[in-house]
Amino acid sequence: MVKASTDVGVPVWRPIGTTPVGGRSASRPAVVIVGAGPVGLTLALDLGRRGHHVVVLNRRDFIAGGSKAICFAKRTLDIWDRLGVGEAIVRRGVAWNVGKVYRGDRSEPIYSFDMLPVKQQKMPGFINLQQYLVEEMLVEALGAMPNVELRWGHEVVEVEPRADGVAATISAGAGQYELDASWLVACDGSRSPVRGMLGLDFEGRAFEDNFLIADIRLKQERAAERCFWFDPPANRGKSALLHRQPDDVWRLDFQLGWGIDRDAFTQPQNVEPYIRGMLGDVDFTPEWYSVYTFQCRRMARFVHGRVVFAGDSAHLVSPFGARGCNGGIADADNLGWKLDAVLEGRADERLIETYNDEAIATADENILNSTRSADFMTPRSSAAAALREAVLELAGDHAFARPFVNSGRLSTAVRYGATRLSSADEPEEAWAGIPPGSVASDAPTAAGWLLEHISKGRFVLLGQELSCAVPDGVVTVDISIIGDPDGLIAARFDLARGSAYLLRPDHYVAARWREPTAAAVAAAYARALGGE
Amino acid sequence: MAGLHLDARIACPDGLFEELVLLLEEFPEERRSVVQARLIFLLANHIGDDAVVHEAIGLARGTPRSSENGEAD
Repeated sequence: MVKASTDVGVPVWRPIGTTPVGGRSASRPAVVIVGAGPVGLTLALDLGRRGHHVVVLNRRDFIAGGSKAICFAKRTLDIWDRLGVGEAIVRRGVAWNVGKVYRGDRSEPIYSFDMLPVKQQKMPGFINLQQYLVEEMLVEALGAMPNVELRWGHEVVEVEPRADGVAATISAGAGQYELDASWLVACDGSRSPVRGMLGLDFEGRAFEDNFLIADIRLKQERAAERCFWFDPPANRGKSALLHRQPDDVWRLDFQLGWGIDRDAFTQPQNVEPYIRGMLGDVDFTPEWYSVYTFQCRRMARFVHGRVVFAGDSAHLVSPFGARGCNGGIADADNLGWKLDAVLEGRADERLIETYNDEAIATADENILNSTRSADFMTPRSSAAAALREAVLELAGDHAFARPFVNSGRLSTAVRYGATRLSSADEPEEAWAGIPPGSVASDAPTAAGWLLEHISKGRFVLLGQELSCAVPDGVVTVDISIIGDPDGLIAARFDLARGSAYLLRPDHYVAARWREPTAAAVAAAYARALGGE
Repeated sequence: MAGLHLDARIACPDGLFEELVLLLEEFPEERRSVVQARLIFLLANHIGDDAVVHEAIGLARGTPRSSENGEAD
């Protein structure tokens, strides 16, 4: 699997080759996306399906292999399902919902959690799938879209913001060319060259602890559950993690500590004791060994005129909780419909400012949770170590202490709470269900699933026996027509006859009413597009 | 919601004091912080009210002495 490449040390999963510079479309793209990772490709798919001319530029002329994201959350799967790739990705991956946390030699877990606590939804809590396999599938889906150009081996070397767009200078093959677009979205990773070109900040904190990743191929009968150990026999005084991937590949992860010799630790003879300590005397084939550290950082602003940042270019988190790639896909999900509305003239640039606000809210929640996880897993003071020891001991014997055990709080859809785009409930109305600023739940319908019915890429008025008129741009979905066979939609949304929810194209609740009127819906819709 | 109770509610203060001293003296120095942490979690969970626990944490933190001359007993 590991072949020579132009990037030293970067394995090539699939060589593609430099896209020829000549023969490109002459028309000005609406959006240039820098970076063909999962975030850039997801955004390209969304904008492409909406009919926009998009150019994606990737510096490398191959899909890179190696160890990157593997855990994709339900929210991400729902987003990909809306974009027509979810089912294929889930089929290729290994689904899991349950995580178990062990301590020391005890064979019973001290804590377990379920990432799909609300059952009967289309997508599982998580799937595990190698990032390069996801990228291949996204690239393939984009291949069917003539309005999206993927240019491999094209590197952005200069970015010039303008009042009505962005001009980029691109190096490809032996030469350079200029590319002008209305918007440029930098999905170019943690070392974001675009961020550097614009001289922008990236503040935060680096963590000193090193971790070893060992991806191995091995046949073993074992449930697809996330297994985490504090103080396992294989790694005394530290932690270990085990995930199942497709094709009998397993991800093992071991905490190594501070100030270690990284090169020594990736030597097979040094890695194997960890593997055998965890799994016993098994027959395995090494796929990949590497050592990593991590940082938690973010930009102060993600929107700079017509240049927008998404994914790792904008924010970095510790890997515990799988909030990195999933957080980036949430950015793409938030941005896609907003850029579309602005490009189509249905909204003005204030709507993109709300991407800044909502993506920062998401990043802050992800940074908070992953930092707290990292601090619990790698206590930085004797006081923190004592508190953690107390939690782990108590959790073994008492249920109340188990929720304190933090081996990673796994990624779920962020709740925006009070956002400029949502309308608060009427004060006299009593609601359970899903509040404005939260993401819609899925549920079975007569044929298929609720999220499938509301994934029109547009705003949806969801209700039961609706009679109120909707503005242009809003589609009505009535559960008396699509069916609610187990009453779960009515239950999960607290949806009585006549009640209605206004849902954004990204499935977030913008507003809801017991007695919707055309005027109220129109006002909430205008507000959800960034108007007053 | 009632805040942190600061009226005297322990029936036998000397008894509690002795019990806490005896508890901590059972252990070597390096174990004591874990034992105290266990007690914190047990009691915080029993209280169960985030605002009350937060208030207690604030009082536990205390305030710095305002002057070198100290205060009256």
